[in-house]
Amino acid sequence: MVASRAIGSLRRFTASRTLRCPGYTCRNFSASSALLTRTHINYGVKGDVAVVRINSPNSKVNTLSRELQSEFVEVMNEIWANDQIRSAVLISSKPGCFIAGADINMLASCKSAEEVTQVSQEGQRMFEKLEKSTKPIVAAISGSCLGGGLELAISCQYRIATKDRKTVLGSPEVLLGILPGAGGTQRLPKMVGVPAAFDMMLTGRNIRADRAKKMGLVDQLVEPLGPGLKPSEERTIEYLEEVAVTFAKELSDKKISLKRDKGLVEKLTSYAMSIPFVRQQIYKKVEEKVRKQTKGLYPAPLKIIDAVKTGIEQGNDAGYVSESQKFGELAMTKESKALMGLYHGQVLCKKNKFGTPQKDVKHLAILGAGLMGAGIAQVSVDKGIKTILKDATLAGLDRGQQQVFKGLNDKVKKKALTSFERDSIFSNLTGQLDYQGFEKADMVIEAVFEDLNVKHRVLKEVEAVVPDHCVFASNTSALPIRQIASVSKRPEKVIGMHYFSPVDKMQLLEIITTEKTSKDTTASVVAVGLKQGKVIVVVKDGPGFYTTRCLAPMMSEVLRILQEGVDPKKLDSLTTSFGFPVGAATLVDEVGVDVAKHVAEDLGKAFGERFEGGSVELLKQMVSRGFLGRKSGKGFYIYQEGVKNKSLNSDMDGILASLKVPPKSDVCSDEDLQYRLVTRFVNEAIMCLQEGILATPAEGDIGAVFGLGFPPCLGGPFRYVDLYGAQKIVDRLRKYEAAYGKPFTPCQLLIDHANSPSKKFYQ
Amino acid sequence: MTQSLVLCSFVYMGHLLYDVGGNCTRMGIPKDFRMTSILTYTLKNLPSTSKWALRFSLRPLSCSSQLRAAPAAQTKSKKTLAKPNIRNIVVVEGVRIPFLQSGTSYKELMPHDLARAALLGLLHRTSVPKDVVDYIIFGTVIQEVKTSNVAREAALGAGFSDKTPAHTVTMACISANQAMTTGVGLIASGQCDVVVAGGVELMSDVPIRHSRKMRKMLLDLNKAKTLGQRLSLISKFRLNFLSPELPAVAEFSTSETMGHSADRLAAAFAVSRLDQDEYALRSHSLAKKAQDEGLLSDVVPFKVPGKDTVTKDNGIRPSSLEQMAKLKPAFIKPYGTVTAANSSFLTDGASAMLIMAEEKALAMGYKPKAYLRDFVYVSQDPKDQLLLGPTYATPKVLERAGLTMTDIDAFEFHEAFSGQILANFKAMDSDWFAQNYMGRKTKVGSPPLEKFNNWGGSLSLGHPFGATGCRLVMAAANRLRKEGGQYGLVAACAAGGQGHAMIVEAYPK
Repeated sequence: MVASRAIGSLRRFTASRTLRCPGYTCRNFSASSALLTRTHINYGVKGDVAVVRINSPNSKVNTLSRELQSEFVEVMNEIWANDQIRSAVLISSKPGCFIAGADINMLASCKSAEEVTQVSQEGQRMFEKLEKSTKPIVAAISGSCLGGGLELAISCQYRIATKDRKTVLGSPEVLLGILPGAGGTQRLPKMVGVPAAFDMMLTGRNIRADRAKKMGLVDQLVEPLGPGLKPSEERTIEYLEEVAVTFAKELSDKKISLKRDKGLVEKLTSYAMSIPFVRQQIYKKVEEKVRKQTKGLYPAPLKIIDAVKTGIEQGNDAGYVSESQKFGELAMTKESKALMGLYHGQVLCKKNKFGTPQKDVKHLAILGAGLMGAGIAQVSVDKGIKTILKDATLAGLDRGQQQVFKGLNDKVKKKALTSFERDSIFSNLTGQLDYQGFEKADMVIEAVFEDLNVKHRVLKEVEAVVPDHCVFASNTSALPIRQIASVSKRPEKVIGMHYFSPVDKMQLLEIITTEKTSKDTTASVVAVGLKQGKVIVVVKDGPGFYTTRCLAPMMSEVLRILQEGVDPKKLDSLTTSFGFPVGAATLVDEVGVDVAKHVAEDLGKAFGERFEGGSVELLKQMVSRGFLGRKSGKGFYIYQEGVKNKSLNSDMDGILASLKVPPKSDVCSDEDLQYRLVTRFVNEAIMCLQEGILATPAEGDIGAVFGLGFPPCLGGPFRYVDLYGAQKIVDRLRKYEAAYGKPFTPCQLLIDHANSPSKKFYQ
Repeated sequence: MTQSLVLCSFVYMGHLLYDVGGNCTRMGIPKDFRMTSILTYTLKNLPSTSKWALRFSLRPLSCSSQLRAAPAAQTKSKKTLAKPNIRNIVVVEGVRIPFLQSGTSYKELMPHDLARAALLGLLHRTSVPKDVVDYIIFGTVIQEVKTSNVAREAALGAGFSDKTPAHTVTMACISANQAMTTGVGLIASGQCDVVVAGGVELMSDVPIRHSRKMRKMLLDLNKAKTLGQRLSLISKFRLNFLSPELPAVAEFSTSETMGHSADRLAAAFAVSRLDQDEYALRSHSLAKKAQDEGLLSDVVPFKVPGKDTVTKDNGIRPSSLEQMAKLKPAFIKPYGTVTAANSSFLTDGASAMLIMAEEKALAMGYKPKAYLRDFVYVSQDPKDQLLLGPTYATPKVLERAGLTMTDIDAFEFHEAFSGQILANFKAMDSDWFAQNYMGRKTKVGSPPLEKFNNWGGSLSLGHPFGATGCRLVMAAANRLRKEGGQYGLVAACAAGGQGHAMIVEAYPK
């Protein structure tokens, strides 16, 4: 599951989408002599406190690039050399971002592990100097303080953070397959304790300012201010600086001590950690857990544990050496390249390349209050969109509204919302059974039953009541949008929005355009999707679009493997150990056996022989017996409320036995089973690019990883081919083609890549 | 220059005459000369006030410098605010029992006891026949559950006719204002001729409840019919059911306490700790002076059962800046600026006011103190602008009345916190704020300090939430009578991000 958690956390990288950088310069400074023109960093002196401002030009965020680092060193040296200055404050001039991390491109440009190690050592040296500074340095943190930014902050003597939602601290390096390489693995455990440091570095989770204060990661909090004589963001930063300067003064005057009062629990933990035996047990426990969760597919977490261990057991110097070496090694791994690729892809898919829509969607209507409909409603109302949730029956509507309420209420329980905020968000939702108010709707998303006739009926009903500009989006996983649009009076306003279940957890949104869909319609749904917090891929219409189409051949192979007598549990463990977050058999149960059957039949018809594999009969029989998967309580497994370890559904034995086919021994090793699934997936994905369903490989990778759980450590089907070589995959496919025929025939684009190894999906 | 000097001395003389008890018009001084700006100018030359005037003229807090630069002779933009076809509504008299810090002499009493004392004081002061009163309205914030309609209980206890209806209103710190304006509405619409409005708050005792779980169990027990049902309910009892539930101190919508919000507000407007302490000191010193000089004529003595008669407010404690600087911040620790010394304190108290239609008052032979004129209620963001009500309400009420800031002779603003008052001053003095948050083209300007809360304010006199509104109006009315001048402006902020302002016009003598 660490894989899926890793994906979940990736989202946070792009937390700072709307940043403003007011032209906020140092006008209050007394010592103008210090104002040399530097591009990233400048500083001024207030009394005897130097205020160092970080502001990378032409960027929404500050990153620790080479230039920034060298300017920083220069500035700090000046400060240390200046007798008039007794303390310093580090602050960013960009509201919403302190330092978002090290510059990924700087690492990407390194050719060897040694080179990366050197980068790490430079960082270590710089931060060590900060740590040993005799003039106290206060980090004034407002906005994201991640990765290298956090390492910088924890090298300072004191930290003050703004207590708002944008201010988060964290070490997300592990999500990029690397480790905190500038002393983070050494300093963090000392600051927050080994267990908390492991938690931060191994999960990469973001920590909000108030939590950070409790952990001892920051020393003081500053409340965000409302508007005064200036906009609130601007004044809040100014206030943060004023407070930081006061503390810097008091620190240099030794009026306040750097020692923090530790709570009882903290004292006990730190006492326990002083016993070598306890420490060994903790390392062991954490390592075990990591091995279990990563299944050995991700090297970074283990190296992080190692670097921490070395530092604690053998002292700082050894720790630094270990950290920088491992940093170098990790940066060169395929896993790291794959994860960084995903990061870039995600940034790309968080942008609206179709421009600003003519009309902002303020009123949204959703048809069908089922799992999907209610899910879509939930992610819309909490972004302030007035949403109508319409269903045909009161019972269905009740269930849907309750789902939205529960989703919000769970956030209250986790203290992510107050009950008041929950209520005011919930009042954006109107539940109803009729079409009242649809005359104001800017967009209608239908999430009714997956049946073309039903979809046609609602489309006609909706078009009779909505205004001309209203977009009609269909949430379907496989019905071609073209067919749905065929009965529309205005096909340019019809589009597909394929959400993934559960909507509030799954980040992907697949948008499907037909040749008639207008660009403004696309821009409008992309804008709504982005508002809902989704990562978006836009694909062309076709049977199964992109995601369902990739999944279908793999599922077909899953059925064949099951028919060949492989136990669902074994199949699950084979797929998860390859890096999929959910086992293949479980996935069928989660998606719903009836849905899988529909898709298999529809796509089987559309693509014929190539989608063959297992027999759809298996699914048909399951449906007829009522084994619909999790939703009906039985599928390949039995699901019971409150029971964690699911057991196999023994009634399936008969069905499987009756449909048994003899396995072919030369393609039935565990590895073969895994590759039979993955290569069909990959081949189909590349075919989608070949046929123009996909616009870019990046979208293909994002769609596969975020929507279907393709192993993130492989970076998505396209990155996987790039990193591991097209030839190897073609070879595999040819081998299985010999056994099973057409379903494994590699597509032309893949063959092209195999024939010319210099050809890459990512240049 | 010569002219203004002449004017000065002229009005100086006028002022002296005033003090002797004369009335400007009666003394033959043309009305145009009863100008506020001149008066204040003069006031500065009086030995008793010069200290304050000097002190505050040094501080860049107000636009007083502008005011002093303004031409000495000005005319009111309006002679009166009477409107055709609308009844004139007058305040005949208003009283309050002394405002005491909570936990002192009133601590054994109940809210309706305080309200009753205020009513009796009003009856005593005005000798109004009880049966003339058509309606009684009281404001209160923290409700005593036993007397949720405290107005009715107090009225009955004070001997008002049991045929006189009474109701209680609540609108946080502007509850009494709401009581008064409700009365104004009743009279203006012809429903009533005589209304008593007031307010009461007893912070010495607040309703502390059983927890929800405990309450549920007790209620279920009520309904249980058999012993078995009762026993099974009791068996579900857990010790944590006994943990009490206190009345919320935090804003419900934002979960932020008011002091915390005030500290953020002060920071947002860059109001320094020193400014806040100085303002608080001013409030206490002026209150002390007003008390000593017997200006707080709205106070009626209250014989507390079993205790001595209370005759004076007990929260006035002028200190020194040095002393105040020693205090630690009370809300945003350790670097905030709002402290116990520059905030209003928890107060017990009650006030009551007799409001009538002008013709009724005259027919009954009363000499009213003031007219109650235009008023507004405003509301804004309860998070970041919780206490900016006066900023929003002031320009609005002036506009409605057709007045400008310079027409106002007496400002009476509710002082929740020094920081809040000073932030409001800065907001009112900012074009940027007016344009970006209030949808106005220009700022309204901040009130000149020399006309502002001259007899102390909530910081020093105390702030019984439900009762403060009447005190503000009576202070404005009494100041207009005492200091001369025609228009007073009352404004207050309230929890929930609301605010109120009203124009009080002096009744011609």
